[in-house]
Amino acid sequence: MAEHHLMTPLTEADVEKLKTGDVVFISGHIYTARDAAHKRLVEALDAGNPLPFDLKGALIYYVGPSPAPPGRPIGSAGPTTSYRMDTYAPRLHSLGLKGSIGKGKRNDAVKAALAEYKAVYLGATGGAGALLSQRITDAKVIAYEDLGPEAIRELTVKDFPLLVINDCHGGELYVKPNLG
Amino acid sequence: MKIVQAKDIREAVAAMCIAANRELPADVRAAFEAAHAAEETPAAKEIFRQLLENADLARDTGLPLCQDCGLAVFFVEVGEDVRVEGSTLREAINDGMITGYKDGFLRKSSCDPFTRKNTGDNSPSIIHFDIVPGDKLKITMMAKGGGSENMSRVTMLAPAQGWKGIKDFVVNRVAEAGPNPCPPTIVGVGIGGNFELAAVNSKKALMRELDDKHPDPEIAKLEDELLAAINALGIGPMGLGGKTTSLAVKILIAPCHLASLPLAVNIQCHSARHKEVIF
Repeated sequence: MAEHHLMTPLTEADVEKLKTGDVVFISGHIYTARDAAHKRLVEALDAGNPLPFDLKGALIYYVGPSPAPPGRPIGSAGPTTSYRMDTYAPRLHSLGLKGSIGKGKRNDAVKAALAEYKAVYLGATGGAGALLSQRITDAKVIAYEDLGPEAIRELTVKDFPLLVINDCHGGELYVKPNLG
Repeated sequence: MKIVQAKDIREAVAAMCIAANRELPADVRAAFEAAHAAEETPAAKEIFRQLLENADLARDTGLPLCQDCGLAVFFVEVGEDVRVEGSTLREAINDGMITGYKDGFLRKSSCDPFTRKNTGDNSPSIIHFDIVPGDKLKITMMAKGGGSENMSRVTMLAPAQGWKGIKDFVVNRVAEAGPNPCPPTIVGVGIGGNFELAAVNSKKALMRELDDKHPDPEIAKLEDELLAAINALGIGPMGLGGKTTSLAVKILIAPCHLASLPLAVNIQCHSARHKEVIF
């Protein structure tokens, strides 16, 4: 298992060298979006409106952070379960999104999109929100503020620790349950 | 007749909500430590190392263990000889929850099911009341996250399916959930009752301590059998493979209709946050 330190935005070459099981430390900007924000992103695309951030090379983090206490940029910020965004992810990948960060399984359509558009699905440790927040140095809401925890935030991260769950070569990290 | 002031209930509930979200229960921490030692792969060990570090950080910084601070679920045992003064008991609990989630910088996760608009204060709390003999008021709070709740199910088996049907359903549910509910999980199983009682019991079962043996040795054996079958799945922490898919299985049974074998599986993530207070 290799270890990579990458800066956003990601390039196709960055993504191609990532293999299932590799550890990745991301630095730079990543964008938060979960259920309600994805619905609005797709509605914006349908209406031909610009998106609040550039999808090219971008990483979306499926997270709804807890409120920032005084003196901190953000509250706890671990991943939410990714399958709920499966319905939106392939379209975003087709427009340049290079990766998503979450936890849990993706469907076949997402895995096919990762291969077709050279993108990656990265896992963060679920339920380690306090720990993960320590690698976030800045957070600002850039769209859909009315969604509260579901608003889109631009996060500045330093060595944000992730695992490659699904790479662009068809790899899958999650084990198949042994049903005997 | 014991009089309990609504103000005292509000304060106790607010404090419970904050403490539950910041403090990993001692039994869960002990289970993490044991699992960290027992797991053999670096990936599985690393997850437990991170979860222990996360618990230390939450305790030391006041950040919640998990950003999903859950819907606030309460089980309340109200003694017949208890009277609440100052507001209704329901209002006292819900107002205390709102204060706790605000003052503790906890995430508000309650929304309208159609518009998905956030209610803004995590209300309403989900409160289950039980009237019991005596003059005590016991309030148990659980912060229940959405990811693990989504992996939970209720089913109505045919009586002929019996224990094998129950076991197959529970194990298959955990297998199908895989990495999604943040394993290692705790699995609450409600057997019998009816459609809604099985579900409530499956959640109530999660309030027991991890090492609490079921008082009925036959049921305790079934809990062990289910846990062994679940951990044989090999899903492991966060679905990365390993021995620890679940930390415990807790069963709560109730008599049911001649025609039915109701069964509910409530999956709890490893961030098993609950507290109780007794007046």
